[in-house]
Amino acid sequence: MSDYISHDHEHDGIDRRGFLHCMAWAGTGLLWTVSGGVLASKTLAQIAKAGEPLPATDLSFLQISDSHIGFNKDANKDVTATFKIALDRINAMPTPPSFLIHTGDITQLSKPEEFDTFDEVLKSCRTKDVFYVPGEHDVLNDGGKLYRERYLKRVEAKGSGWYSFNKNGVHFIGLVNVLDLQAGGLGQLGDEQLEWLEADVKDLGTSTPIVVFAHIPLWAVYPQWGWGTSDSERALGYLKRFGSVTVLNGHIHQVLQKVEGNVTFHTAMSTAFPQPAPGTAPSPGPLKVPAEKLRSLLGLTSVQYKQGKTALAVVDSNLS
Amino acid sequence: MSTLTSRNKTIALLCAISCLNLSAFALAGDTKDAGTSKQNTIEIKDFAFNPQTIIIRSGEKITWTNRDEEPHTIVSVEKQFKKSSALDTDQTFTITAGAPGTYTYFCSVHPKMTGTIIVVKS
Repeated sequence: MSDYISHDHEHDGIDRRGFLHCMAWAGTGLLWTVSGGVLASKTLAQIAKAGEPLPATDLSFLQISDSHIGFNKDANKDVTATFKIALDRINAMPTPPSFLIHTGDITQLSKPEEFDTFDEVLKSCRTKDVFYVPGEHDVLNDGGKLYRERYLKRVEAKGSGWYSFNKNGVHFIGLVNVLDLQAGGLGQLGDEQLEWLEADVKDLGTSTPIVVFAHIPLWAVYPQWGWGTSDSERALGYLKRFGSVTVLNGHIHQVLQKVEGNVTFHTAMSTAFPQPAPGTAPSPGPLKVPAEKLRSLLGLTSVQYKQGKTALAVVDSNLS
Repeated sequence: MSTLTSRNKTIALLCAISCLNLSAFALAGDTKDAGTSKQNTIEIKDFAFNPQTIIIRSGEKITWTNRDEEPHTIVSVEKQFKKSSALDTDQTFTITAGAPGTYTYFCSVHPKMTGTIIVVKS
């Protein structure tokens, strides 16, 4: 596959072939780093070697996403096993992350026994501090009641479960965009949550690094498949004045990233099953790949903040 | 006979409105005499309702079957019939059509998925 752009119809420097090439590289390369908009590859071994204790002012955390506990179809008949592998990788890190964030779709069908399995498996993780936002699979039949009862105990959640907290000078914001969705629409934050967000960041200095995490992407990844959030522009408007904003999402089960001004958007791999690249299949949904390739398309995301640096470093690792 | 308080009147009114809204459709099995045995089927496949628009007669049943590996729901846009629970692969949901009219619905999990039921007189 050639590296040059043969059809730049949108004058944005990328064509379909180039996009697919980039996706293939992200999937098989195990890893790539985004820092200040500059893309660089790294191996997991390089990351491990760099695992010296962080200065107390720095921060390292991990994003896991879309574990879909309870899913048992051809795309992955044992999602609990691959989730365990992801946790093993976390436990093997020479420098443990300060905490985890889970960007939703903990379960496949919001069943209590699925949440039970997730909680039980998670006990094996050395890192105990976990922050959650729900995916649409976690709020299927009860509007998220069970999810909120289980996963918001250590935060001061508002409304249907949004919240913020601070760690090492970084301001984290967990948003809910999977409830009260409207016919024909996308993910949605809603007025109440947006008003809260505006007030939440109002008194923060512009040099405060911001990390926003939510399940459905807060940028228009592929609206034809519902991969976007209808009122995300308003949310991002409240964050424009900040020098560093990192937006972490799940939902689409693949790594995509975009840098827009001071905002870095990033989506994570799933620990359960891949989904097709945007527009390459009749619909989204679980993608069956040869068994030997599956783990190369599942993974987790490491994020590091070094005090004094503008952008956070985002590194994806697969489970191969 | 007790007199209705203002609060009770409000509750009674809300109940009446609710019954009217839900009377357009009834869940299959709620009534033995459905009026007809004709079955209309809608397949959910590749994140779409097929057919997207269906024309049926009052009293006929409609059954959705989920053929995707993703859960889907059937929810009336105007809350005119009771919503389904999340349907896993090969699970079904059936309702019986009531009053003539046009009813739109969607999947609350994947709201891009929409469909229309047109009910005509039997």
